[in-house]
This record gives sequence, C-alpha cells and structure tokens, in this order.
Amino acid sequence: MNVSPTDPAGGTGPRPAEAAGSRSSKAGNMTSALEETALKSGPDLRAAAERRDRWLRIILPVVILTSAILGWEALVRIQEIPHYILPAPSLIMETLVKDWAVLSGSLITTLQITFAALAVAVAGGVGLAVLFTQSKWVEISFFPFAVILQVTPIIAIAPLILIYVDSIPVALLICAWIVAFFPILSNTTLGLNSADHNLRNLFQLYGASRWQTLWHLQLPAAMPYFLGGLKIAGGLALIGAIVAEFAAGSAGRGAGLAYRILESGYRLNIPRMFAALLLISVTGILIFLTFSLLSHLMLRKWHESAIKREN
Amino acid sequence: MAEVKTAQGNGNVVSLRHVSKRFSNGTLALQDMSLDIGKGDFVSLLGPSGCGKSTALRIIAGLGDTTEGQVHWPDGKPERGDIGFVFQEPTLMPWANVFENVWLPRRLDGASKSTVRDEVSEALEMVGLGGFAAAYPRELSGGMKMRVSIARALVTKPKILLMDEPFAALDEITRFKLNDDLLHLWEAHHWTVVFVTHSVFESVYLSNRIVVMAARPGRVAQQLGNDAPHPRGDGFRTSEDYAHLCRNASDALHAAMDEHTTRAEVTA
Ligand SMILES: Nc1ncnc2c1ncn2[C@@H]1O[C@H](COP(=O)(O)OP(=O)(O)OP(=O)(O)O)[C@@H](O)[C@H]1O
Ligand SMILES: [Mg+2]
Repeated sequence: MNVSPTDPAGGTGPRPAEAAGSRSSKAGNMTSALEETALKSGPDLRAAAERRDRWLRIILPVVILTSAILGWEALVRIQEIPHYILPAPSLIMETLVKDWAVLSGSLITTLQITFAALAVAVAGGVGLAVLFTQSKWVEISFFPFAVILQVTPIIAIAPLILIYVDSIPVALLICAWIVAFFPILSNTTLGLNSADHNLRNLFQLYGASRWQTLWHLQLPAAMPYFLGGLKIAGGLALIGAIVAEFAAGSAGRGAGLAYRILESGYRLNIPRMFAALLLISVTGILIFLTFSLLSHLMLRKWHESAIKREN
Repeated sequence: MAEVKTAQGNGNVVSLRHVSKRFSNGTLALQDMSLDIGKGDFVSLLGPSGCGKSTALRIIAGLGDTTEGQVHWPDGKPERGDIGFVFQEPTLMPWANVFENVWLPRRLDGASKSTVRDEVSEALEMVGLGGFAAAYPRELSGGMKMRVSIARALVTKPKILLMDEPFAALDEITRFKLNDDLLHLWEAHHWTVVFVTHSVFESVYLSNRIVVMAARPGRVAQQLGNDAPHPRGDGFRTSEDYAHLCRNASDALHAAMDEHTTRAEVTA
C-alpha cells in the first residue's frame, strides 16, 4: 500500500487525463491501467489525507487568528485597560463603522495614490527594462540612477520632494512611485534577458526582427519575473504612499489614511488610529492577494510556479 | 582517408571550405574542416564529445561566424526558412501550445494563423502528433516534445535539415522509434539532412554518409559511405551489412580518438 505523495505508477509519462484525453493513446491506457492496479487500496486513504490537508490549511490560521483576537478582547476587559491605551477589537470595529465616512474617504485617497503610483511604475519599469535590453549602453548609463533611487530611504527624500513639488498629491505619487518602480524594473530586465539561449538562436535563424523577438520571445519569458516584481511593488507602493503622507502631514478633505493616524494620535483617539491601521493592513493583504491571483491566472498554463504537479 | 562521393551525385547544397573556428576564449573548436553536403544526402557527423560537431552545425546554419574559411551555398545564400534546425533539447516555448510552437517559423515570416493552419497540421501529422495541436509542452513526454521540435523545423519545407543530437536524451526504445520515423520521412521526401550524433549505431542506421570527426582541434578524420538499400528497417538492424558498417565506423571513431591522444602526448 502506498499513501505517500510519491507514487511509483504515475511515473513521468504523459498524464492520461490531460495530455492524451480522448485521443486515447496506447501509452495513456497503459498508464491508467497501471495506476489502477498499484493504487487499488491507496486512493481512499490518500484522498482523505488530501482533504484533511486542505481543510487544515484554512482552519488552522483562522483558529489561531480568532483566538489571538479573543485573547486581546479578554485581556482588555479583564485588566480594564483604558481604550486610549489599548482599545478592544470590538471597539475598533465599532469605530470603524462609526467613522466610516471619514475613514473611507481617506482610504480612497490612499488607494488612488497607491494605484496611480503602481501604474506609473509598471509603465516606467517595463518601458525602461525594454530599453535596457535593446541597448546595453542605455542600461549602463541609466542603471545607476535606478539603484540610487532604490537605496535612498524614501523617508529621507520625501521632505525634499514635498518642497520641490507644489501639488501634494503629485509629490505623494512621486514618492510611492520611487519605491514601487525598482522591483519592476530589475525583475523585468532580468526576465527579458533570461529567454532560453537556443530559442534566441531559433529566432535568429528565422530572421526575426528585434520587435518580433521582443514580442514573441522576451516578453513572454519575462512574464513570471514581471509578475513577481508586481507582487512586491504593489505592497511597496502602499508603503511609499503611507510614508509620504506621514512626511507631508497634510490635512483637509483629501487626506489619506496616514494622516488619519497622525491626527488620531494628536487627539488621543486611539480606537480610530487602530481602525485606520486595520484598513491599511487589509488593503496591503488585498493588494497582495489580487496580484497573486493575477499571477496564477496568467501563468497557470505553463509556468512551473503556477502548475500543480501531478506525478 | 577514403574519398566518398555524395550519394545522389546531383550537386551540393552547401560546402564547408577550410573552415576554422576559434572562440574568443582561445579554444580552437574547428581547424581546416572541409565538407560537402550533396542534395538529398543524409549525412551523419559522428565524433566524440567536444570535437566540434555542434560548432560545425551552427556554422552551417549561420548561427556562428567562421574564423577562417567559408560556407559556400552553390544555389545562393539560404533564405528565411531554407534551413530547419533541431536542437539537442526540444527548445519549445513553454507559454505556447503545440500549434503556436510549430507556427512560429511561419509567423516570423508574417503568415497569419488561418493561412498556416493546413501547413501546421501537415507537419504535425508527419511526426504523428495530429491530435495534439492544443496541448502545452509540459503536457507532453520527452519524445513528443522532440517530435514537435521536428515538426517546427519541417513546417517551412526547408532545403536542408540540421539536427544536433536530437534523440540523445531519449531512451533507446523511443530513439529507435523516432529513428524509424525520421528515416521513413526521409525515404518519402528525400530531404537533405545533416545529423549530428555520437552513436555509431544511429549514424549507420540512418545515413548514407558518415563523417567521422576528430577532436581538438575538430576536423574531418574520415568519411564512410553507406549504400545499404532503402527502405531500412529492423531487418537492416540485424543484418551482416549493418554489423560490418558499425565495426568500420567504430574503428574509424577510435582511430580518430587515438590520433587525438597521441597528438596530445606529443605536445605535452
Ligand atoms: N561558446 C563557446 N565558447 C568557447 N568555447 C566553446 C564554445 N562553444 C563550444 N566551445 C568549445 O568548442 C569545442 C567544441 O564544442 P562543440 O559544442 O561543438 O562540441 P560537440 O562536438 O558538439 O560536443 P557534444 O557532443 O558534447 O555536444 C569544445 O571544446 C568546447 O569547449
Ligand atoms: Mg554538441
């Protein structure tokens, strides 16, 4: 009996269900027949183990997180901690609902800056990466700038940018863009250059133009790298936007979530501070999940990272 | 050194003339190599690892420059699609399905999907993968990927097919099967083929001329003709002729390798 994930009958041959399918090749029939005999007693146990695994994957984190929140709630109630020191989760949720009008406005502002910065970072990063791979001289000339922008802490440049740029939203956008830009540029450059050597030769053999090589070979090859960069850049754009808002400390209707945190701090409105914080975390998580899903959808047909291996 | 005329005797497709190749790191991969490939020839380049077989093939394909000597095409320089190349690995685009992979050479020539549908199907039929147009490379076995790679090389109807140890990575049963398929295709179409291999048996089974190469620097050590009749099949594999030819080719290969060792000893 064999319930371990490495199954001898599966082998490395074509997977009958997918590859051969209705074409029903000889090899396909043979493999499935083998599988059947080898796993007669196996499948039930194995399926059960797999199902348990899948549930645990969801249940475990949920249970741990819930108990942490309940523990927090209990701690605050039992110790009677005042809400201006540590608000209970229930109070935070209450505040979130009560102050939704203010907080949602700020959330939208922060989101706008994050996504605008990300969009510019994608356009700029991919565009520059393409230029880099077209001419090594362009790369040699401009790469240092990209590195300088990357290694300088955004919190240190933000005040300068705020001085030089009149419009605060534009200044915030520039700050968020600076942090989001580099992972896209460096990942995409790496991806464009990592197209298979023999495939490049093949394109050369058939007289492909630069443009054709870029479009049919380099861009698809760079896709997994680009998407990896995008996942990182999404989170970084949010961080950049928040940091820049802190530096700007701007008030008014167009103020983002970071400003709400500052403001709540001055007023000792700690529950609202936590509510704003919660919104930022949830936004970050959603951004990450969205890009992970996007990445999965785009790569699931072919890239190792997105393929569920059947052996 | 036996002089062997090209099998079909109706002119050459391509000739290497005193070709030398030195890489920028100083390696002399080929020295003074001359070779004629006749129309309809099936030529095997047989030699030990590192003797410059791939280098020679890439030079014929125009993928590398010669340091000295020329590649001469009597009927004029090859145009786009005149050369089909099969690499040692399948070298497929993993993000594209079988159809798109085979379409690629024609696509780079500006042919749209609808115009190439028949050509691609025909090429896939030839290699026995008619029903797999929509499959992705990862869904195929090693042998099937190699077939796709061959279909892609055939889709432009090339004047010459260059194959660099295409079956070296496959198990023997699959290799025999693909050898047979390739041979049947060649018997039916009489393409010109240059087939790199380090398997004596493969070279004898397939080709009508075996070019034995010696290593460091790479050059032609000996050429053996093989006029065993076609169609060849399992009968040929078990025949006296086959055994005899294999022994000859093997001897030639060993002579070429010994020559290299003695040379190395002399220079050492
Ligand atoms: N790009 C390169 N730069 C420097 N040296 C190279 C390069 N490519 C090949 N060589 C050298 O040239 C020689 C011939 O290489 P080649 O790949 O043609 O051998 P081969 O006969 O195809 O060997 P194998 O059977 O192992 O594929 C080797 O000594 C190799 O080290
Ligand atoms: Mg080689």
